[in-house]
Amino acid sequence: MWQKLQDDLKDQNFIVIAVAMDSRPDAARPWIEAAAPSYPALIDRDHRVAELYNMVNVPQAVWIDEEGRIVRPAENAGAFEAFRSLNFETMTVPEDKMATAANAKTTYVDAVRDWGMSGTDSVHAFDPGQARDHTAPPSAGMAQAHCHFRLGQYLLRQDRAEEGGEQLAEASRLHPTSWNIWRQAAEVNEMGLAAGPEFWARVNALGDDFYYPPVDMAGMPD
Amino acid sequence: MTTILSDLGEFSVTAQTAAQTGDGLWLSSDEAATATGWALQPEGLCRGDVCVPIPSGRETEFVANDTVNLAAFWDHMDKPAAHSSDGDIWALGEGANERADSLRSLQAPDFTLPDLDGKPHSLSDYRGKKVLLATWASW
Repeated sequence: MWQKLQDDLKDQNFIVIAVAMDSRPDAARPWIEAAAPSYPALIDRDHRVAELYNMVNVPQAVWIDEEGRIVRPAENAGAFEAFRSLNFETMTVPEDKMATAANAKTTYVDAVRDWGMSGTDSVHAFDPGQARDHTAPPSAGMAQAHCHFRLGQYLLRQDRAEEGGEQLAEASRLHPTSWNIWRQAAEVNEMGLAAGPEFWARVNALGDDFYYPPVDMAGMPD
Repeated sequence: MTTILSDLGEFSVTAQTAAQTGDGLWLSSDEAATATGWALQPEGLCRGDVCVPIPSGRETEFVANDTVNLAAFWDHMDKPAAHSSDGDIWALGEGANERADSLRSLQAPDFTLPDLDGKPHSLSDYRGKKVLLATWASW
Protein backbone atom coordinates (compact mmCIF):
# COMPACT_ATOMS: atom_id res chain seq x y z
CA MET A 1 0.00 0.00 0.00
CA TRP A 2 2.90 2.38 0.75
CA GLN A 3 5.40 1.54 -2.00
CA LYS A 4 4.38 4.36 -4.35
CA LEU A 5 4.67 6.86 -1.51
CA GLN A 6 8.08 5.45 -0.60
CA ASP A 7 9.17 5.78 -4.26
CA ASP A 8 7.90 9.35 -4.45
CA LEU A 9 9.82 10.30 -1.30
CA LYS A 10 12.95 8.23 -1.75
CA ASP A 11 15.15 11.36 -1.98
CA GLN A 12 13.43 13.12 0.93
CA ASN A 13 15.04 11.35 3.87
CA PHE A 14 11.81 9.48 4.43
CA ILE A 15 11.05 5.84 5.14
CA VAL A 16 7.98 3.74 5.74
CA ILE A 17 8.23 1.10 8.46
CA ALA A 18 5.33 -1.31 8.01
CA VAL A 19 4.41 -3.46 11.02
CA ALA A 20 2.15 -6.50 10.67
CA MET A 21 0.14 -7.27 13.82
CA ASP A 22 0.26 -10.98 13.13
CA SER A 23 0.89 -13.84 15.52
CA ARG A 24 1.80 -16.05 12.55
CA PRO A 25 4.48 -14.61 10.24
CA ASP A 26 3.33 -16.98 7.49
CA ALA A 27 -0.05 -15.27 7.48
CA ALA A 28 1.58 -11.96 6.63
CA ARG A 29 4.10 -13.42 4.19
CA PRO A 30 1.99 -13.56 0.98
CA TRP A 31 0.99 -9.91 1.32
CA ILE A 32 4.53 -8.76 1.93
CA GLU A 33 5.94 -10.86 -0.91
CA ALA A 34 3.29 -9.49 -3.29
CA ALA A 35 4.06 -5.92 -2.26
CA ALA A 36 7.83 -6.51 -2.53
CA PRO A 37 8.46 -3.38 -0.49
CA SER A 38 11.75 -1.45 -0.59
CA TYR A 39 11.04 -0.40 3.01
CA PRO A 40 11.18 -2.64 6.12
CA ALA A 41 8.14 -4.88 6.59
CA LEU A 42 8.24 -6.15 10.16
CA ILE A 43 6.27 -8.81 12.02
CA ASP A 44 4.92 -7.98 15.47
CA ARG A 45 3.63 -11.25 16.94
CA ASP A 46 3.15 -9.78 20.43
CA HIS A 47 1.61 -6.48 19.22
CA ARG A 48 4.45 -4.65 20.91
CA VAL A 49 4.05 -1.56 18.74
CA ALA A 50 0.34 -1.42 19.58
CA GLU A 51 1.26 -1.60 23.26
CA LEU A 52 3.95 1.09 23.05
CA TYR A 53 1.91 3.53 20.98
CA ASN A 54 -1.52 2.63 22.37
CA MET A 55 -2.93 1.49 19.03
CA VAL A 56 -6.26 -0.32 18.88
CA ASN A 57 -6.90 -1.10 15.23
CA VAL A 58 -5.30 -1.39 11.80
CA PRO A 59 -4.37 0.57 9.82
CA GLN A 60 -3.01 3.07 12.29
CA ALA A 61 0.14 5.13 11.87
CA VAL A 62 2.51 7.47 13.70
CA TRP A 63 4.62 10.21 12.13
CA ILE A 64 8.13 10.42 13.63
CA ASP A 65 10.64 13.12 12.67
CA GLU A 66 14.40 12.95 12.08
CA GLU A 67 15.09 13.38 15.81
CA GLY A 68 12.78 10.55 16.83
CA ARG A 69 10.07 12.92 17.99
CA ILE A 70 6.40 12.09 17.47
CA VAL A 71 4.86 14.57 15.01
CA ARG A 72 1.46 12.90 14.78
CA PRO A 73 0.61 10.30 17.43
CA ALA A 74 -1.18 7.02 16.65
CA GLU A 75 -4.24 7.59 14.50
CA ASN A 76 -6.33 5.97 11.82
CA ALA A 77 -4.15 5.93 8.69
CA GLY A 78 -6.86 7.20 6.34
CA ALA A 79 -9.31 4.30 6.48
CA PHE A 80 -13.03 5.00 6.14
CA GLU A 81 -15.61 2.53 7.40
CA ALA A 82 -17.42 2.00 4.09
CA PHE A 83 -17.70 -1.70 4.95
CA ARG A 84 -20.32 -0.86 7.57
CA SER A 85 -22.67 0.06 4.71
CA LEU A 86 -22.34 -3.39 3.14
CA ASN A 87 -25.63 -4.68 1.76
CA PHE A 88 -25.61 -8.34 2.73
CA GLU A 89 -28.08 -9.31 -0.01
CA THR A 90 -26.16 -7.82 -2.90
CA MET A 91 -22.79 -7.94 -1.09
CA THR A 92 -22.07 -4.45 -2.35
CA VAL A 93 -21.21 -1.16 -0.71
CA PRO A 94 -22.99 2.01 -1.97
CA GLU A 95 -20.93 3.97 -4.49
CA ASP A 96 -20.93 7.18 -2.46
CA LYS A 97 -19.39 5.34 0.51
CA MET A 98 -16.76 3.79 -1.73
CA ALA A 99 -15.97 7.25 -3.12
CA THR A 100 -15.64 8.66 0.39
CA ALA A 101 -13.28 5.81 1.34
CA ALA A 102 -11.11 6.45 -1.72
CA ASN A 103 -11.09 10.17 -0.95
CA ALA A 104 -10.08 9.59 2.70
CA LYS A 105 -7.23 7.33 1.70
CA THR A 106 -5.93 9.73 -0.97
CA THR A 107 -6.19 12.66 1.43
CA TYR A 108 -4.16 10.79 4.05
CA VAL A 109 -1.45 9.61 1.65
CA ASP A 110 -1.18 13.11 0.13
CA ALA A 111 -0.75 14.52 3.64
CA VAL A 112 2.08 12.09 4.38
CA ARG A 113 3.68 13.05 1.06
CA ASP A 114 3.40 16.75 1.94
CA TRP A 115 5.07 16.13 5.30
CA GLY A 116 7.75 14.02 3.63
CA MET A 117 8.56 16.92 1.30
CA SER A 118 8.13 19.85 3.70
CA GLY A 119 8.77 18.45 7.17
CA THR A 120 7.64 20.77 9.97
CA ASP A 121 6.48 23.33 7.38
CA SER A 122 3.72 20.93 6.31
CA VAL A 123 0.26 22.07 7.46
CA HIS A 124 -0.29 18.46 8.51
CA ALA A 125 2.66 18.34 10.93
CA PHE A 126 1.50 18.96 14.49
CA ASP A 127 3.51 21.26 16.74
CA PRO A 128 4.42 19.65 20.09
CA GLY A 129 1.36 21.08 21.84
CA GLN A 130 -0.99 19.74 19.19
CA ALA A 131 0.79 16.38 19.20
CA ARG A 132 0.35 16.11 22.97
CA ASP A 133 -3.31 17.10 22.69
CA HIS A 134 -3.85 14.27 20.22
CA THR A 135 -2.04 11.70 22.40
CA ALA A 136 -4.31 9.09 24.00
CA PRO A 137 -2.48 7.53 26.97
CA PRO A 138 -3.38 3.98 27.96
CA SER A 139 -5.32 3.12 31.10
CA ALA A 140 -4.13 0.64 33.74
CA GLY A 141 -6.55 -1.90 32.30
CA MET A 142 -5.03 -1.55 28.83
CA ALA A 143 -1.52 -2.03 30.24
CA GLN A 144 -2.71 -5.14 32.08
CA ALA A 145 -4.40 -6.37 28.91
CA HIS A 146 -1.16 -6.22 26.93
CA CYS A 147 0.53 -8.27 29.64
CA HIS A 148 -2.08 -11.02 29.25
CA PHE A 149 -1.83 -10.75 25.47
CA ARG A 150 1.92 -11.26 25.52
CA LEU A 151 1.62 -14.20 27.90
CA GLY A 152 -1.11 -15.68 25.71
CA GLN A 153 0.98 -15.39 22.55
CA TYR A 154 3.92 -17.04 24.29
CA LEU A 155 1.71 -19.91 25.50
CA LEU A 156 0.36 -20.41 21.96
CA ARG A 157 3.90 -20.69 20.65
CA GLN A 158 4.50 -23.36 23.31
CA ASP A 159 1.49 -25.30 21.94
CA ARG A 160 -0.50 -24.56 25.09
CA ALA A 161 -3.46 -23.50 22.99
CA GLU A 162 -6.23 -23.63 25.58
CA GLU A 163 -4.41 -21.62 28.20
CA GLY A 164 -3.10 -19.23 25.56
CA GLY A 165 -6.62 -18.65 24.28
CA GLU A 166 -7.80 -17.90 27.82
CA GLN A 167 -5.10 -15.27 28.22
CA LEU A 168 -6.05 -13.61 24.92
CA ALA A 169 -9.70 -13.62 25.99
CA GLU A 170 -8.72 -11.99 29.28
CA ALA A 171 -6.73 -9.37 27.36
CA SER A 172 -9.76 -8.57 25.21
CA ARG A 173 -12.01 -8.39 28.27
CA LEU A 174 -9.65 -5.88 29.92
CA HIS A 175 -9.25 -3.83 26.72
CA PRO A 176 -12.59 -4.19 24.92
CA THR A 177 -11.99 -1.24 22.57
CA SER A 178 -8.95 -2.91 21.01
CA TRP A 179 -9.90 -4.47 17.69
CA ASN A 180 -6.30 -5.63 17.34
CA ILE A 181 -6.60 -7.85 20.40
CA TRP A 182 -10.09 -9.16 19.69
CA ARG A 183 -9.50 -9.87 15.99
CA GLN A 184 -6.10 -11.48 16.55
CA ALA A 185 -7.62 -13.72 19.23
CA ALA A 186 -10.51 -14.63 16.93
CA GLU A 187 -8.11 -15.46 14.09
CA VAL A 188 -6.09 -17.70 16.40
CA ASN A 189 -9.26 -19.63 17.20
CA GLU A 190 -10.10 -20.18 13.56
CA MET A 191 -8.95 -18.55 10.36
CA GLY A 192 -11.59 -16.18 9.04
CA LEU A 193 -13.27 -15.73 12.42
CA ALA A 194 -11.82 -12.22 12.68
CA ALA A 195 -14.34 -11.17 10.03
CA GLY A 196 -17.11 -13.66 10.95
CA PRO A 197 -20.57 -13.20 12.48
CA GLU A 198 -19.15 -12.30 15.90
CA PHE A 199 -17.08 -9.58 14.29
CA TRP A 200 -20.19 -8.11 12.66
CA ALA A 201 -22.07 -8.31 15.96
CA ARG A 202 -19.31 -6.32 17.63
CA VAL A 203 -19.27 -3.78 14.81
CA ASN A 204 -23.04 -3.38 14.98
CA ALA A 205 -22.79 -2.93 18.75
CA LEU A 206 -20.72 0.19 18.08
CA GLY A 207 -23.93 1.98 17.11
CA ASP A 208 -22.99 5.59 16.33
CA ASP A 209 -19.38 5.10 17.47
CA PHE A 210 -16.69 4.83 14.84
CA TYR A 211 -14.76 1.74 13.83
CA TYR A 212 -12.21 3.98 12.11
CA PRO A 213 -12.34 7.32 13.96
CA PRO A 214 -12.03 10.20 11.45
CA VAL A 215 -8.55 11.67 11.19
CA ASP A 216 -8.16 15.26 12.38
CA MET A 217 -6.60 16.44 9.13
CA ALA A 218 -7.36 19.25 6.66
CA GLY A 219 -9.37 18.01 3.67
CA MET A 220 -10.45 14.73 5.31
CA PRO A 221 -14.08 13.84 4.44
CA ASP A 222 -16.54 13.61 7.34
CA MET B 1 12.82 -23.44 34.72
CA THR B 2 10.72 -20.32 34.73
CA THR B 3 10.35 -17.96 31.80
CA ILE B 4 10.16 -14.21 32.30
CA LEU B 5 8.87 -11.98 29.50
CA SER B 6 9.96 -8.40 30.08
CA ASP B 7 10.63 -5.29 28.01
CA LEU B 8 14.21 -6.60 27.69
CA GLY B 9 13.15 -9.88 26.09
CA GLU B 10 12.51 -13.51 27.06
CA PHE B 11 14.60 -15.07 29.84
CA SER B 12 14.89 -18.52 31.40
CA VAL B 13 15.56 -18.26 35.13
CA THR B 14 15.63 -20.50 38.16
CA ALA B 15 12.81 -19.33 40.36
CA GLN B 16 10.40 -20.35 43.04
CA THR B 17 6.94 -19.44 41.91
CA ALA B 18 3.29 -19.64 42.81
CA ALA B 19 3.31 -23.42 42.94
CA GLN B 20 5.80 -23.46 45.80
CA THR B 21 5.26 -20.18 47.60
CA GLY B 22 1.70 -19.07 47.12
CA ASP B 23 1.77 -16.11 44.78
CA GLY B 24 5.35 -14.94 44.49
CA LEU B 25 8.13 -14.96 41.93
CA TRP B 26 11.34 -15.45 43.90
CA LEU B 27 14.69 -15.53 42.13
CA SER B 28 18.28 -14.54 42.72
CA SER B 29 18.89 -10.82 42.57
CA ASP B 30 21.40 -11.41 39.76
CA GLU B 31 18.90 -13.23 37.60
CA ALA B 32 16.24 -10.65 38.40
CA ALA B 33 18.57 -7.89 37.22
CA THR B 34 19.35 -9.74 33.98
CA ALA B 35 15.71 -10.45 33.18
CA THR B 36 14.24 -7.07 34.10
CA GLY B 37 17.05 -4.54 34.52
CA TRP B 38 15.96 -4.04 38.15
CA ALA B 39 18.92 -4.69 40.48
CA LEU B 40 18.97 -5.06 44.25
CA GLN B 41 20.92 -2.17 45.80
CA PRO B 42 21.21 -0.81 49.34
CA GLU B 43 18.60 1.81 48.35
CA GLY B 44 16.09 -0.79 47.17
CA LEU B 45 15.41 -2.15 43.70
CA CYS B 46 17.01 0.10 41.09
CA ARG B 47 17.00 0.44 37.32
CA GLY B 48 19.09 3.23 35.88
CA ASP B 49 18.56 6.32 38.01
CA VAL B 50 15.31 5.07 39.50
CA CYS B 51 15.27 3.33 42.89
CA VAL B 52 12.21 1.89 44.59
CA PRO B 53 12.77 1.49 48.35
CA ILE B 54 11.56 -1.65 50.06
CA PRO B 55 8.60 -0.70 52.28
CA SER B 56 9.82 -0.75 55.86
CA GLY B 57 8.37 -3.44 58.06
CA ARG B 58 7.51 -5.54 54.99
CA GLU B 59 11.05 -6.52 53.98
CA THR B 60 10.39 -10.25 54.12
CA GLU B 61 7.72 -9.93 51.43
CA PHE B 62 10.32 -8.54 49.01
CA VAL B 63 13.80 -9.80 49.86
CA ALA B 64 15.25 -12.92 51.47
CA ASN B 65 18.84 -14.23 51.35
CA ASP B 66 19.79 -12.36 48.18
CA THR B 67 16.64 -13.45 46.42
CA VAL B 68 13.93 -10.99 45.46
CA ASN B 69 10.21 -11.39 44.94
CA LEU B 70 9.63 -9.75 41.57
CA ALA B 71 5.88 -10.33 41.74
CA ALA B 72 5.67 -8.33 44.96
CA PHE B 73 7.90 -5.60 43.55
CA TRP B 74 5.85 -5.40 40.37
CA ASP B 75 2.66 -5.04 42.37
CA HIS B 76 4.29 -2.46 44.63
CA MET B 77 5.44 -0.46 41.58
CA ASP B 78 1.93 -0.58 40.13
CA LYS B 79 3.10 -2.39 37.03
CA PRO B 80 1.01 -5.08 35.33
CA ALA B 81 1.97 -8.75 35.55
CA ALA B 82 0.36 -11.98 34.41
CA HIS B 83 1.43 -15.59 34.83
CA SER B 84 0.51 -19.02 33.52
CA SER B 85 -1.56 -21.29 35.71
CA ASP B 86 1.55 -23.33 36.60
CA GLY B 87 3.48 -20.17 37.39
CA ASP B 88 6.19 -21.22 34.93
CA ILE B 89 5.75 -18.21 32.62
CA TRP B 90 5.48 -14.61 33.80
CA ALA B 91 4.84 -11.53 31.71
CA LEU B 92 6.08 -8.42 33.51
CA GLY B 93 4.77 -5.29 31.80
CA GLU B 94 5.27 -1.56 32.02
CA GLY B 95 2.84 0.61 33.94
CA ALA B 96 0.20 2.77 32.29
CA ASN B 97 1.63 5.89 33.96
CA GLU B 98 5.12 5.30 32.53
CA ARG B 99 3.60 4.70 29.12
CA ALA B 100 1.54 7.89 29.36
CA ASP B 101 4.58 9.93 30.44
CA SER B 102 6.59 8.41 27.61
CA LEU B 103 3.96 9.25 24.99
CA ARG B 104 3.48 12.80 26.31
CA SER B 105 7.25 13.37 26.10
CA LEU B 106 6.77 12.85 22.34
CA GLN B 107 9.97 10.79 22.19
CA ALA B 108 8.95 7.84 20.01
CA PRO B 109 9.39 4.62 22.04
CA ASP B 110 12.01 2.37 20.48
CA PHE B 111 11.35 -1.25 19.56
CA THR B 112 13.08 -4.07 17.72
CA LEU B 113 11.14 -6.45 15.47
CA PRO B 114 12.13 -9.00 12.82
CA ASP B 115 11.34 -8.91 9.11
CA LEU B 116 10.24 -12.06 7.25
CA ASP B 117 13.85 -13.27 7.11
CA GLY B 118 14.21 -12.88 10.86
CA LYS B 119 16.52 -9.90 10.52
CA PRO B 120 15.95 -7.49 13.42
CA HIS B 121 15.15 -3.83 12.77
CA SER B 122 14.98 -1.13 15.43
CA LEU B 123 13.14 2.13 15.03
CA SER B 124 16.32 3.85 16.24
CA ASP B 125 18.21 2.41 13.22
CA TYR B 126 16.28 4.95 11.15
CA ARG B 127 17.08 8.02 13.24
CA GLY B 128 17.83 10.90 10.89
CA LYS B 129 14.91 10.03 8.60
CA LYS B 130 11.26 10.95 8.75
CA VAL B 131 9.43 7.71 9.57
CA LEU B 132 5.88 6.70 8.77
CA LEU B 133 5.28 3.90 11.27
CA ALA B 134 2.27 2.13 9.76
CA THR B 135 0.47 -0.96 11.06
CA TRP B 136 -1.59 -3.52 9.19
CA ALA B 137 -2.61 -7.16 9.65
CA SER B 138 -3.50 -10.17 7.51
CA TRP B 139 -6.66 -10.97 9.50
